Order: sequence, then C-alpha cells, then structure tokens
Amino acid sequence: MPLKRALCSFLILTSVSIQASVSAFAAGRQSNAQAPAQANSAAEPKGGEQDRDEGERVFQQHCSRCHTAPDGFSPRISGTILRHMRVRASLSQREEKELLRFFNP
Amino acid sequence: MLRLNLDRERLKSTRSMRFLLYAVAALAAATPGRAQDTPAISGGAGFFTSTQGGKTTYLPIAEPLIAAPLGQHVLIESRAALLEFVSPSGGNQAGYNHSHFIGLTYLQGDYIASRHMTVAGGDYLIPFNTYNDRLSPIWIGNLQDGPLIASLGTFSSGSGLGGMVRGNAIERDKISIDYTWFYSAPSKNTQFAAQRATGGRASAYWIDKRLEAGFSYDRRLQGAHENFFGAHVWWEPRDTAFRLRSEFGRGQHAQGYWVEADYRTQRFGGLDSAVGRIEPVFRMQQTFRIDTAASDGLPGANTQRADFGLDYNLPHNTRILASYSRQFSSGGDHNIWETGIVYRFLFPAWKGR
Repeated sequence: MPLKRALCSFLILTSVSIQASVSAFAAGRQSNAQAPAQANSAAEPKGGEQDRDEGERVFQQHCSRCHTAPDGFSPRISGTILRHMRVRASLSQREEKELLRFFNP
Repeated sequence: MLRLNLDRERLKSTRSMRFLLYAVAALAAATPGRAQDTPAISGGAGFFTSTQGGKTTYLPIAEPLIAAPLGQHVLIESRAALLEFVSPSGGNQAGYNHSHFIGLTYLQGDYIASRHMTVAGGDYLIPFNTYNDRLSPIWIGNLQDGPLIASLGTFSSGSGLGGMVRGNAIERDKISIDYTWFYSAPSKNTQFAAQRATGGRASAYWIDKRLEAGFSYDRRLQGAHENFFGAHVWWEPRDTAFRLRSEFGRGQHAQGYWVEADYRTQRFGGLDSAVGRIEPVFRMQQTFRIDTAASDGLPGANTQRADFGLDYNLPHNTRILASYSRQFSSGGDHNIWETGIVYRFLFPAWKGR
C-alpha cells in the first residue's frame, strides 16, 4: 500500500504539472519564439551561423537541463569544460565539437 | 541542510589537506593538448542562513572544483567542500558554537574510451536518481536544502570508490539514451568512505519534447543487503525557461518523491531584464516509512513538505536564494526560513597569453 500511495502521488503530481505547463506555455510559445537569442537562455537564436545554432541546441539540450550558462569564461578553458560536460552529460563527439564551435565562434 | 549533510558526514579536517594536495598535483601534472585545454578551476562560494524554531544557523561555504585534461582522452576532476557551521549554543547559554570541515566530495579520473563509453575510476558521486550527481553543487540547486529522499540509494557518503562506466548508448534525431553503471568497494578511509555496492541508471531523452525519463537501481552488497529503486522525470519545454524536475525513490525501509518546478519569464525584456532574473521555485515532497529501521537518512515518520522559493539571478554569476518551507509530520509541524547568496566562479588554473 505505501508503494502504491507514493507512486500514485508521484505520477499524479508529475503528470498534472506537465499538463498544466503544456497548456500555459502553448499560448505563450509564439511570443516567446520571437524573444532575442541569448546564450544563457532557453530561447531559440535568431539567425546566425548554422554551427552556432547547432552548438546552442546542444547546450540547451544537455547543459542547461541542469544549470544556466556562466556569464562568460576564457576561451583557454573551453576544451576543458567541454570534456567535463562530455563526461557529465554523456555528450557524443559530434556534440562536443559543435559545442566547442558555439563557445569559440 | 540535508544537501550539505552529505558532505559533512565525509568531512574531517586534518587529513583532508593531503588529499586536496593530490588534486592540486594532478592539476599541475596536466599537459594541455590544445589551446583550449588549460585546466579549469570552477565552483561556488556561498553564505546561507536557516531559521527553524526561532534558531538561526549560518553556513559560509566554498565548493571548488578542478578539472584537468591529460592528453585527448583523460580528464581528472575533483570537487571539495570547505565550510564553517555556526549554530546557537544549546540550553540557556548565550552565544554560538561553530565547527569547520574540509573534505573532498569526489576525486575521479575519466577515460573517454569511445563516443559511447567513458570509464571513470576513483571516488565518484553515486549515479542514483538525479540529485546526487547532477543537482547537489551549491551553484546549481534552486533551493538551499536538498530533497528529503536525497540520501536514498547513495549509501550515506553519497559516493562510491571503484569504477563506473557511463555514456550515450543510442543517439537518434528524436531520442537519446544514456546509461551509467558502477561498482564500489568498501572503504573506511575518512575521505573516501564507501560501501560495497553496485547499480546504475538508464535514462531516455526525447529531444523534440525536451522530456527526460529514467530509472535507477542499486544494491548494497555488505551488511544487510538492500535494494534501492528510483525513477525520475525532467521536462523543460522548448522556448521557455520553465523546468520541471521530479524523482521517486524506494528503499528497503522508506520511500518518497519530490516534484520541483521553476520558471523565469522572458516577456519583460528577456531573461537578463530585472524581471527576467526573478525565479520562483516550488517543490513538493513526501516521504513514507515502510518500517522503523531507519538506516536510510529519511525522516523517522511520514513527512510532507512544501518549499516556496524565490531566487534572483544577479549578473556576474551571482544568485540570491530565499525560501519558506512548511514541513508536516507526526513528530511536529514546523516552518523553515532560509536565505543565501552564491557566487559561481570559473577561470583557468594559470595565467596564459
């Protein structure tokens, strides 16, 4: 019984939250899609090079799930950060390269 | 304070410096292969307060992290915690007691064997559910306290000593599947305390939907052998700064879950506007005891807790955290008020051209 109760509560709360959020964000999606591109945001970039877009996509999918981007850092440690993220976020080699181009355009 | 308790249990001050020196030695031995591969020093420094029952505790803390690449395939990384815990003197005595701790949170070497596999060895964070190895750094967590079930499946110390494999098993346009598996040997060393255990985690990420769901399992292989099961669901809708995170965990003696949501609006000038920097957070959590053999760090009685947080993301990697929590249990209901400020730093280990 305790397992059922806990599982039910967890699933109900999670699904209700997802459903409520879907409804709330569906309406605002159009306006949000026009928001300016920001490296440390979840917003889509406007234009720019394809590599950068792809790198930003990788960042949003893998890195920003846990944390926001730091305000800035030296290009000298971008490779180190990438390797750290490759281990932590299980990035593929292709994603690592795209992210490197995003950090060092 | 639960999140920090994981560290505190492992922290003893005197011998700690020796292990920190090992980490620094690894850093010094690093030979950059490319211009971007200079070893990095990162981490967070913060100051937290927590008021409960009219008593306020203070916690200045620093969590430095070093990452040093060796060649093209190896990375040495480590995180430590240095803190001073200041609490009111007990009884009718005036003044405060304080204690300090220094210790390693983890120290591991990673070998990137292929695009699908990384082998890690050393003292690593146990990959059970998501909180322990993904959200526990002070510069990442939205709330000062970790979830009530954070200790479930992480064997008191939160870390294992041995080997771990992890990586991206499948990557398609619509879905990505990750895996992690570890084996830990027992150790009573102050810095590398661990239990014999094995387990792992598998998670799927639906790229278009930005939805992640995963399952964790681990088993203690010493003393009373126990199984732990976990599941997590994370969701971050596209084009928004909304995040939903949730976990369920079940051990031999207790179980529980938490669901956390946070949001930053982009409608008033983007995320870097004064309004966009505001981040409301809500977390709901419950724990249930299966029996009274409380070996897992969860509350001794069934507990419900709601956390209402309001964070402010200042420029230059600084974050203000404030929260009010109400906890209900048969042992007594109480309020918890918490505040904190965290600065995240990230710079090369040495000056370069």
